[in-house]
Amino acid sequence: MKKINKYSRRKILKTGTAAASALTLSVSFPTILKAENNIKIGVPTILSGRVAQLGISVSNALNMAVDNFNKSGGLDGRNIELIIRDSRAKPDEAARVCRDFINSEKVDAIINAEASGASFAVQEVIRESGTLCLHTVSETSRLTADPSIRAWNAFRFSRQGIHDAVGSARYAAKIIKEKVLKKWMSVNPDYAYGRDSDDTFFWALEKFSPGFEILGKGWPKIFQPDYTEVITQIAREKPDAIYSSLWGGDLVSFIDQASLYGIFNNTQLFAINLADYTTMSAVKNLPKGLHSATRYVAAWPNTQDNRDYDNSYTNLYGDHPTNWSWEAAVGIDYLISALKETGGTDNKKLAEAMKGKTRKSFMGVGDGNTVSIRDKDQTIIDYSIGWGTTIANDPYMTNIQAADWNTIEELEKKWLADKDWL
Amino acid sequence: MDIFALFDCIISPACLISQAAGGLKIGMLLFLVASGLTLVFGVLGVINFAHGALYMLGAYFSWQVMSVTGHFGLSVILGALGVGIFGLLFERALISRVYNADLLVQILLCYSIVLILDDLVMIIWGDEFLSSLGIPEVFQVPPLIIFDAIIPPFHLAIITISFIVCIILWFIMTKTKFGKLVRATANNPKMLEALGVNTNIIKAGVFMLGSFLAGLGGALAASLSSVVSGMGNSILIESFIVTVIGGMGSISGAFLASLIIGMARSFGAVAMPLFTDGLMFLIMVLVLILRPQGLMGNKKQ
Repeated sequence: MKKINKYSRRKILKTGTAAASALTLSVSFPTILKAENNIKIGVPTILSGRVAQLGISVSNALNMAVDNFNKSGGLDGRNIELIIRDSRAKPDEAARVCRDFINSEKVDAIINAEASGASFAVQEVIRESGTLCLHTVSETSRLTADPSIRAWNAFRFSRQGIHDAVGSARYAAKIIKEKVLKKWMSVNPDYAYGRDSDDTFFWALEKFSPGFEILGKGWPKIFQPDYTEVITQIAREKPDAIYSSLWGGDLVSFIDQASLYGIFNNTQLFAINLADYTTMSAVKNLPKGLHSATRYVAAWPNTQDNRDYDNSYTNLYGDHPTNWSWEAAVGIDYLISALKETGGTDNKKLAEAMKGKTRKSFMGVGDGNTVSIRDKDQTIIDYSIGWGTTIANDPYMTNIQAADWNTIEELEKKWLADKDWL
Repeated sequence: MDIFALFDCIISPACLISQAAGGLKIGMLLFLVASGLTLVFGVLGVINFAHGALYMLGAYFSWQVMSVTGHFGLSVILGALGVGIFGLLFERALISRVYNADLLVQILLCYSIVLILDDLVMIIWGDEFLSSLGIPEVFQVPPLIIFDAIIPPFHLAIITISFIVCIILWFIMTKTKFGKLVRATANNPKMLEALGVNTNIIKAGVFMLGSFLAGLGGALAASLSSVVSGMGNSILIESFIVTVIGGMGSISGAFLASLIIGMARSFGAVAMPLFTDGLMFLIMVLVLILRPQGLMGNKKQ
């Protein structure tokens, strides 16, 4: 008779498998449980192409803030988990990513770091779903200024066109007086933000310094590589001043190409988006005396908190923060504060916790260096807006003059009334 | 549309010269890239949808050489040569396998390469845009003023370089043995093979030359424009428009069409600045209707 082996191959395999499964589960279960317990935040953004700087700097700022939060214990042990995805600057892709975040990833909130075109698409998605959304990049005023587009669950932490326009126009009016700049042209990217920026700037300039003449407007496509057509138009018209809301690689290319024509020898350029470190350091021979808003520079606001933020960010990433970095930083700060206040992720409670709140910020110029979220349109105010002239090396800007928020809000009301958005 | 503005421009020496110079610069740069595309189609019968990606590689390769050597001329030449070599490998490894395949297969293959290269450059050089090469110091001078028209000397250099390349290309195609063999391959490759000529070498050489031209266009464009993944997409579309207008496979047609497009963009920007892209497509549509083979193309194409 054949002896039956107690330790058959089948038995060993069965026992071994059971042991391995138990071991795996015992090790990974806490990790799985922990991951499922995380506070998930979806971040649609642009991580490639000519404006990858946008998504990279937003991601850096968010990761820096979230790492600090998680290291200090999170929300009663719950960590924030950022899910950052590239929409390649396409609105339909941004909307798809957003829907994916909501339906598949089941995120607790969205920090929307898309440019204007895609932000409107995201706004429609989150309005439908009721997911809490913090807009941290789009500067088109209409996103929050138009009551028909607003949503109770959407907050704006990005600067907006009308605020910048008033700040810009007030500064430009001073320069107009000093240098007698009567003839103007503009060069703006042909999409929502560029159109909005152009419209609001000249509307505001008319209030501060009426009587100027607009000789013409150039509308290059966003990400256009060759600006010869626009530049020859400028060379032909010979304006005293140009207003431009081109940004990132587009602005760098425009300045490099226009410099060949000696455009800036006789024409003052007011480039609202120039003073970001990545942009300024990329211009081959940065002409002196161009005018820019202080998108983000360590020198402005001139506070220790701002310098500390710049140092922390630069030490971690080897690059200075950008305008998009500070907007994301302030947004995540508000969200973290709301999470701590409410103790959970209920979107209605979080929205109530953020609405109308004032918080100290390295970019704040309100009383006590604060920024605030306005009740009515859930949009940020009292953030630093300054204008100055560029120089070739760090700190890249000089003669910085602060915009006045009383004037900004006063003219903003008039603009809203004109648009019938009050 | 402001036809009076266009008329005023044409009768003004400053405007006429300025716009013509701008148009020449746009056109000649476009010719460099489009000539490579039309050459490849004319000889190999392949519509190389990866041509824009080769232009992009030229920009990246030249940027890399510039960052190491700091020498503009060397950067442009080595950048273009690098793309030529890449094109040779691309042709031998992949394109040669689809010469007789369905058009859809060729398109899918080329588009896959575009996507791979777009991601590969970001992995190697980063997601961020790279600043332009900058222009050589000798051209960092005030612009020329001719009858009040402003013309940057560097633009004249680009026009000259492109024109010289055009002459060299013509010489190669019409006066050299290689050119004869290329034309013979385009006309009747089987006969040529029967005569004992290795047409694979000819085809590889043509693809290499086409790639070199795309790379050269990219390298020169990178002198004034930031370098970024996907930068070849817009030039690819314009190159196809040039190829259609000029005639598929006709280099002289590509030259003429490039000039037409360059001038249309430049003078079109005076009369209808918001419609310059549309103007290009309108010209293409008119040519397709009135002369479907293109301005210098053969009827059979």
